[in-house]
Amino acid sequence: MTDTAIADATVEAQPASYLAAGHTLLSWLTTTDHKRIAILYAISITFFFFIGGIAIALVRLELMTPQGLILTSDAYNRLFSLHGIIMVWFFLVPSIPATMGNFLLPLMIGAHDVAFPRLNLLSWYLYVFGAAFTVYALISGGVDTGWTFYTPLSTNYATGYVIAAAAGVFVVGFSSIATGINFIATAHMLRAPGMTWFRLPLFVWAMYTVSMVMVLATPVLAMSLLLVIAERAFGLPIFDAARGGDPVLFQHLFWFYSHPAVYIMILPAMGVVSEVIPCFARRTIFGYAFMVYALIAIAVIGFMVWGHHMFVAGQSPLANLVFSFLSFIVAVPSAIKVFNWTATLHRGQITFEAPMLYALGFVGLFTIGGLTGLFLASVPIDIHATDTYFVIAHFHFVMVGGTVSAYMAGLHFWWPKVTGRMYSEAWARFAAITTFLGFNATFMPQFVMGWNGMPRRYHYYPDVFQAWHVMSSVGALILAVAYVLPLIYFGWSMIYGRRAGANPWNATGLEWQTSSPPAKENFDHIPRIDAGPYAYDESDHPPAAGDRTLVRSQGETA
Amino acid sequence: MSDAAASLREPWPDLDRQREGVSVGIWLFIVSEMLFFGALFLGYAVYRTLYPEAFRIAGAETAVSYGSVNLLLLLTSSVTMTIAVDASRQARRRTAIICLALTMLLGAAFLIFKGLEYSLDIAKGLFPGADFPLQPPQTQLFWALYWVMTGVHAIHLAIGVGIVGVFAWVLWRRVLPIESPAIVGVATYWHFVDTVWIILFPLLYLVNRS
Repeated sequence: MTDTAIADATVEAQPASYLAAGHTLLSWLTTTDHKRIAILYAISITFFFFIGGIAIALVRLELMTPQGLILTSDAYNRLFSLHGIIMVWFFLVPSIPATMGNFLLPLMIGAHDVAFPRLNLLSWYLYVFGAAFTVYALISGGVDTGWTFYTPLSTNYATGYVIAAAAGVFVVGFSSIATGINFIATAHMLRAPGMTWFRLPLFVWAMYTVSMVMVLATPVLAMSLLLVIAERAFGLPIFDAARGGDPVLFQHLFWFYSHPAVYIMILPAMGVVSEVIPCFARRTIFGYAFMVYALIAIAVIGFMVWGHHMFVAGQSPLANLVFSFLSFIVAVPSAIKVFNWTATLHRGQITFEAPMLYALGFVGLFTIGGLTGLFLASVPIDIHATDTYFVIAHFHFVMVGGTVSAYMAGLHFWWPKVTGRMYSEAWARFAAITTFLGFNATFMPQFVMGWNGMPRRYHYYPDVFQAWHVMSSVGALILAVAYVLPLIYFGWSMIYGRRAGANPWNATGLEWQTSSPPAKENFDHIPRIDAGPYAYDESDHPPAAGDRTLVRSQGETA
Repeated sequence: MSDAAASLREPWPDLDRQREGVSVGIWLFIVSEMLFFGALFLGYAVYRTLYPEAFRIAGAETAVSYGSVNLLLLLTSSVTMTIAVDASRQARRRTAIICLALTMLLGAAFLIFKGLEYSLDIAKGLFPGADFPLQPPQTQLFWALYWVMTGVHAIHLAIGVGIVGVFAWVLWRRVLPIESPAIVGVATYWHFVDTVWIILFPLLYLVNRS
């Protein structure tokens, strides 16, 4: 065999795509193909995204007036708790890794599948099993602890279905761990010949670092929830202050996971954006090595900042000082990433396709979320702003403005690869811009009212905050429209969209060298890599359905 | 050789690589498990430091004879497991399967003794609650940790017994070839559960006991 490129081989032979490898429901439910498992995850998390979205839509509606509109206070508590639990564990944590990570990791490193395909399928079933507990808790009356399950509220006082909800999160945690183990083993063991660590796309690095965090942090959450269940179900007084237990110990255990979980949510988003921006700026990523070091630094330092959630919980002043300092430090690698994305744009040939709009939205919103994080890392300011809407706005800028924008960017960027079809670019751009506007309209007012003293989780509030709450609720309505739109045009695209071709964006990643949708085996031959991942240059712009082959493959002799 | 080739699975290029991959995967899982138990050890360390006297009183009530016998059983089971792995590598079918079966039986014996110990503990009223026999109230923290720690360990061991049993059976029925790399994963997990007991035993049965 000669130097035949993958692209040529697929054009000639067109092996059946992974979508054609079986059409029955059973063929999907028993698949071990990473691409199909990614689709299973995508359907599941989309379902939960809209459940969590409906919950918060009701909350925002309720908050239009200071005395509420339709809900009892109990129902209000249950709705925001449900929103948090579902959005964090059933949407954000699995969002990018379990869908795009699953689909793309083997494609990007030139492998046939992840290291343990059956474990991969098991992780999805664990997700579904955990989701079943949560749905049970939801339909039997909900839970009113907030997403944080703080003791002693969760152990002694809460009236809802705490055990079922905590069990759901416990189980879904093991689905994260399974995914994490799979990704790390895949990245270590199954890279194609020539795919050295510093030729990996940044998305792969993001998956690798996020997997480390998942594997190391999630078990601590699992244990802290198990202890809550043990206390609530069997009366074992682990956190019961009456018998010497320490409720703040729960907060330490919980945040030892849940702060790194913020990085579980943001690292994959950084990976997506690092793929999208070079493609639509037609420039290689600025400072590749530092982008890698920054990912690693965020993952490592992210483990050492959890105490900043407990500045007002009776931590020693020394601990507060140390955690405050470390929280400032973690901003440095995040800033490096923002500067490098910006520097990548500098002198680039920028076009504004939908994925790029979402990615640029990410950079702006993540920056605001990060900078307001510095406010909260500072102890005196945090004491002023603790448990206010300022905190809510801050982490929504990171998780929604950041992670969800990047998720949408990735969805639009790789949609042609996954389905083999294009979507309506005009509608997609419209949705991207609407998302950005709706998001800011929702959360900017929350910064203001939080700073002025509006506490989070309150059902009733003083009249002075009403104008801000109404603005926020109207923004949420705009945001809701922006999130429903993709369902429509993506649905349309699956049936009527024009065929995408292998590489509609003229992108350089290995995943674009195989057909769209890819064959079940991903590649005819494991490719050989002899260049870095972002060999863009200005001349191949605008994107056309060309098949520039930047990555040569070497066929094996039969 | 054809037997060994049969245990090669997608997406691995060859059996050595696959064995290495199984090893990487199981060790990652064990690191994760260490943090799972680590949260408990942290809780134990915090409370023992806060309430040394209550923990001394509470710790004196654990059934040290059961704990010691169980330690012996698990240490022995790790020996038989190690022999099984070696035998599998040398393709000595009979030795491997017998040793796996022994490992499983030793693990099951541990669980039986643990069950007897639990019933003794409950008979002595040592489950935290309203009429707990010991004072001060912080003794209940020790016993809460005792039940969670030994309970979580016992669940791990029960899963281990199940996995080893199924694995011995599939080797015996030749569903998997005797050289299957999966045995490395099974054995590493087994040793891990054993090691947890080596740590739990002194923490719960020995520390500060006169």
